[in-house]
Amino acid sequence: MRWQQDPILDVQHLTMRFGGLVAINDLSFKVGRGDITALIGPNGAGKTTVFNCITGFYKPTEGMLALRKPNGSQLLLERLPGFDINWKAKVARTFQNIRLFSGMTVLENLLVAQHNPLMISSGFTFLGVLGIGGYAKAERAAIERAKFWLEKTRLIHRADDPAGDLPYGDQRRLEIARAMCTDPLLLCLDEPAAGLNPRESLELNELLLSIRKDHGTSILLIEHDMSVVMEISDHVVVLDYGTKISDGSPTEVKNDPRVIAAYLGVADEEIAKVEAEIGA
Amino acid sequence: MNAPSITTSSAEETQVPSRFNLQAALKDAFKTALITLALSIPILSYKTEQNGGELFLASRWWLVAAVVGIIFVLRVLEHAFLATKASRKALPDPHQATEPVHAEPSAYQKVSRFAIPLFLGVALSFPLLVYLVQGGLNESRYFVDLGILILTYVMLGWGLNIVVGLAGLLDLGYVAFYAVGAYSYALLSTTFGLSFWICLPLAGILAAFWGMILGFPVLRLRGDYLAIVTLAFGEIIRLVLINWVDLTNGGAGISSIPRATFFGVPFTSGDDGFAALFGLDFNAMHRYIFLYYLILGLALLTNFVTMRLRRLPIGRAWEALREDEIACRSLGINTTNTKLTAFAIGAMFGGFAGSFFAVRQGFVSPESFNFLESAIILAIVVLGGMGSQIGVAIAAIVLVGGPEMLRNLTFLKAVFGENFDPNEYRLLLFGAGMVAMMVWRPRGLISEREPSVILKERKAISGSLVKEGHG
Repeated sequence: MRWQQDPILDVQHLTMRFGGLVAINDLSFKVGRGDITALIGPNGAGKTTVFNCITGFYKPTEGMLALRKPNGSQLLLERLPGFDINWKAKVARTFQNIRLFSGMTVLENLLVAQHNPLMISSGFTFLGVLGIGGYAKAERAAIERAKFWLEKTRLIHRADDPAGDLPYGDQRRLEIARAMCTDPLLLCLDEPAAGLNPRESLELNELLLSIRKDHGTSILLIEHDMSVVMEISDHVVVLDYGTKISDGSPTEVKNDPRVIAAYLGVADEEIAKVEAEIGA
Repeated sequence: MNAPSITTSSAEETQVPSRFNLQAALKDAFKTALITLALSIPILSYKTEQNGGELFLASRWWLVAAVVGIIFVLRVLEHAFLATKASRKALPDPHQATEPVHAEPSAYQKVSRFAIPLFLGVALSFPLLVYLVQGGLNESRYFVDLGILILTYVMLGWGLNIVVGLAGLLDLGYVAFYAVGAYSYALLSTTFGLSFWICLPLAGILAAFWGMILGFPVLRLRGDYLAIVTLAFGEIIRLVLINWVDLTNGGAGISSIPRATFFGVPFTSGDDGFAALFGLDFNAMHRYIFLYYLILGLALLTNFVTMRLRRLPIGRAWEALREDEIACRSLGINTTNTKLTAFAIGAMFGGFAGSFFAVRQGFVSPESFNFLESAIILAIVVLGGMGSQIGVAIAAIVLVGGPEMLRNLTFLKAVFGENFDPNEYRLLLFGAGMVAMMVWRPRGLISEREPSVILKERKAISGSLVKEGHG
């Protein structure tokens, strides 16, 4: 129950309405530091909306998203401007439909991810244009870091190819490498295994486990592929129609009747009981 | 890399015979040049000239040399072109290749190795070449003027390239910053008597300031909406210049703007003038040649700064913004500031060019800054290939120098009759050229993108992958 004792992210009473549509309704959950937390649920349950609230693409209608730094200080994500969520709060994300800079090389993609530290070392461009200050050194260090992640994701041989030329599985891994180049405390992955073959999703599991182990990055992921969810996650949160229906370890969640009902529906003999409950 | 890939090896086999062979090409070009030399000796080398009643032969060996040189270069280029065409046919599409395809340097990369020093050399020695060809300073006035005009547009194109080509923000009102720069110099120098060298940075700063003022309201706009607002901004600036008569003297413009000085030494015939200082005979052309080198320097400064910025985080952020704004935001890039800096730096170079325009003309009026100017500058950027520096320079030469050349095609009168004025067909040809470009090279003359940083091997990025930006 690490997520109760030392949460890195504390979501409280999160509600997101789009006009009359309530996409997320009074959702509260915690993401443990150093955990791999999976956010699952049927299609349209509001998982990506939760992600968009956490990473600043939506401003939540109600609720609080508190990110706790290792030193104990707390940042309220809903109050930060979108770009500061990555830079100040150190939350990185990937996208369900891959969003790489396809016309830039793989290496350039990873350097763009290190924009803010490089910007400072180039004296906010002023010193960099004149060629003074430590920019050249900082860029070399940034390339080294990019190389490290390229080796880790086995993309080093494609470093000088445009990102748009990579096959699908490589693009997924590159997006994770790019997010990791921002040196995040919390990595949010939106369906990282979508469209991967079984071998590739096995490799993805290894990559995520090593990110957690070697870098201490907590991971929050949305996933439909249960082989990924059940094997690597420490904590699973299940959403249905914008509300939390289950929260716990993978085995607890797997055996929760409400989760089974949400995914598989209910048996014929129980229909009458359910209808009576909802007053139909 | 571990498994030998089928695609690359087969490509190498079929490609071997068609690969560009520099030695063979040079040999063949040399032969062609020899033939040209033989042909041009009887035709071009001497000309009869009349001086009063006398008739004498004037030698024109420089013309023979020029023709032979041109033929030689063209022949080499033809070989390079045909070879790359053949090798491109042989090379499989590297799209979505699961293994890295070893990229042969593209035609552009091969050509640019020769072309960039060639362009630079020609640009630097242009007044000298014109002087030699035309045989006198006064005779070369027209060509030096044309060179100044082309370089002004090259500079404007490079400035706009930052906004449109790198940051992907469609700006139809770029001429507004040109106007701000021109009026800044005109007003500061006529009212306060400030010199050009003080006004130049001031004009750049003022234009950058106006770039930010334009930037703020359009931050949230994209695509067509952005284009319309920037277009309106350009018109607003022009209308303010027309109507604010107290400040700008309205449509009559501002005249008698101080001329350029050679770092304080005026180009006059007096004792303290440029000619006297350097012990030359006074000639009005000295000023034009100085202006030529001034705009060349400004244009090269624009180019240098842009190339530099591309390798800095800000330049990569601009290009990333063009590729995907949402991804940029998720990586902690402040998209607001990034867009504003693109507008401001693009506008700054427009302002520099504007103050140069004012010092060259000695006169500014709102008529010089109409929408057609913006359209031509944008056409230069789009035609050259968005983001490509050399492409923009070539497009500026074609689009600005081309129509000027039409004036000289007097032989067409023999074909189409005495009343034929080729200049009237300028815009028609312009349009036809644009249509042809859109058919053959829809992404501009040079659509490949050069990576700003490399690990091992420099590969040009196909234009089909590079996005044009959405706002």
